Amino acid sequence: MINFQYVRASTVKEAIGTLAKAGDGQFIAGGTNLVDLMKRGVTAPQKLIDINNLPLKDVKSDKTSITIGALALNSDVSENELIIKQQPLLSMALKSGASPQLRNMATVGGNMMQRTRCPYFYDTAMPCNKRKPGSGCGAIGGYNRMHAIFGTSNQCIAVHPSDMCVALTALEATVTVSGPKGSRKIPFGDFHKLPGQNPEKDNILQKGELIESVSIPENDFAKNSYYLKLRDRASYAFALVSVAAALSLDGQTIKACRLAMGGVAHKPWRLSEAEKFLAGKKASAENFEQAAKLSMAGAKSFGYNDFKLKMAPAAIVEALSKASGLS
Amino acid sequence: MKPEDTSNEKPHRHIKHTERRDFLKKSSLLTAISLAPGSLIKAAEAELDEKFASALEQLPLSIEVNGKMQQVNVEPRVTLLDFLREQLQLTGTKKGCDHGQCGACTVHVDGKRVNSCLSLAVMHQGKKITTIEGLANGDELHPMQEAFIKHDGFQCGYCTPGQIMSAVACINEGHANSKDEIREFMSGNICRCGAYPNIVDAIADVKNGGQKA
Repeated sequence: MINFQYVRASTVKEAIGTLAKAGDGQFIAGGTNLVDLMKRGVTAPQKLIDINNLPLKDVKSDKTSITIGALALNSDVSENELIIKQQPLLSMALKSGASPQLRNMATVGGNMMQRTRCPYFYDTAMPCNKRKPGSGCGAIGGYNRMHAIFGTSNQCIAVHPSDMCVALTALEATVTVSGPKGSRKIPFGDFHKLPGQNPEKDNILQKGELIESVSIPENDFAKNSYYLKLRDRASYAFALVSVAAALSLDGQTIKACRLAMGGVAHKPWRLSEAEKFLAGKKASAENFEQAAKLSMAGAKSFGYNDFKLKMAPAAIVEALSKASGLS
Repeated sequence: MKPEDTSNEKPHRHIKHTERRDFLKKSSLLTAISLAPGSLIKAAEAELDEKFASALEQLPLSIEVNGKMQQVNVEPRVTLLDFLREQLQLTGTKKGCDHGQCGACTVHVDGKRVNSCLSLAVMHQGKKITTIEGLANGDELHPMQEAFIKHDGFQCGYCTPGQIMSAVACINEGHANSKDEIREFMSGNICRCGAYPNIVDAIADVKNGGQKA
């Protein structure tokens, strides 16, 4: 690992100020992805600003929302009683991610900031527009079994690896960030971006900004939520396809529905058409299949990931069936 | 060897020695510079010696390992795993993949299991670390260590320290209520020999025996 300067910040202001002064610096929280990237030479910041002492670890609730500090651990949030009771979809998604050891280190903010697990991004001998803009994409025409089927560009077909972010997209969370120019709020679904012509940027955070918290508005999805994750082994693997399904039911009628997928795009992929279609309809296998069919419009595969064109709609039907209690 | 022979060669040897040392010094300096960030190289052109020293800067660290307070200096890039193995000679914690994928490096930080390979030592200022060496009470094995022996929970043994540290935490977290739950919450520890059924039996035994893990 290339050496770097290391400093600890104790307040949000200090952290932001230190980063602004450091030419090439990065915040470090859990480090589960950043340390790995530094070991492999994918990234080599000159300065690391340790933000673990910042007071951003709490999970708080008020009448209309639950707010999770950016430094809350993935394990703590997944076991939090309030989250399990009111937002079980988030707990399920978190528990399906990584391993217990990694969840004990990884933070909510760090989970959002993790990079893709595309092998061409990690292998510095290979071309990758995300790692080195303009060098090409090894995955297009390469071994692309784990790669995207939605929202791809001719520059990049990588996927965002998070499970947590898929649930937070479905739950319409809001991200609060602070930077040298002050604070702002970002709808979770807008936080990550599609690759387009600048895949080196994963999200819309501006230079020097720090994630402070994520808020989930109150909802009535708790009874009918399900996070389905399909992967190469039973546990501890990134998703081939995952589906976050949350329903609000009145008997068998769907009052409202939220759907998002993981493992299929450069960002958590919201299924808005399917949500609109299902609103007001009966929770039935036929309607779920129709919703899945609508969700696949525009899907495009790249050879080794052709199977996702069949796996994704089947996963949508399965997640909806589990969430609604049909299966 | 005759004394006069030695004295005859002395000046010659001395010169050779100095040259080699000088060469090593220069070449290691060049290696360090080639590994250093860009701005550092620019700054180094001005005040090479001073900047060279700061590139290899060591930070003070107070850390408790297996009940013993350690006051040490570490480079920021040293992982907790390398610190334990190389600086404290606690080689019970194993380096498997070194990328957080196998769990062989699992240790407890303030009672929580973590992958020590993905954590920088300097990030653990004031923390309490427990490694496999700190689990037994003198000659008396920890119940989980005994259970692994009883159930033959290993073959080659390389993953075992990580498995045992993870297993102890798995029970303490309350995630060992069924064999399925044990399997799910032990999924961060890979065993290439495939001793999984016996590892699960060992954990279930400790859990059901009501022994404090």
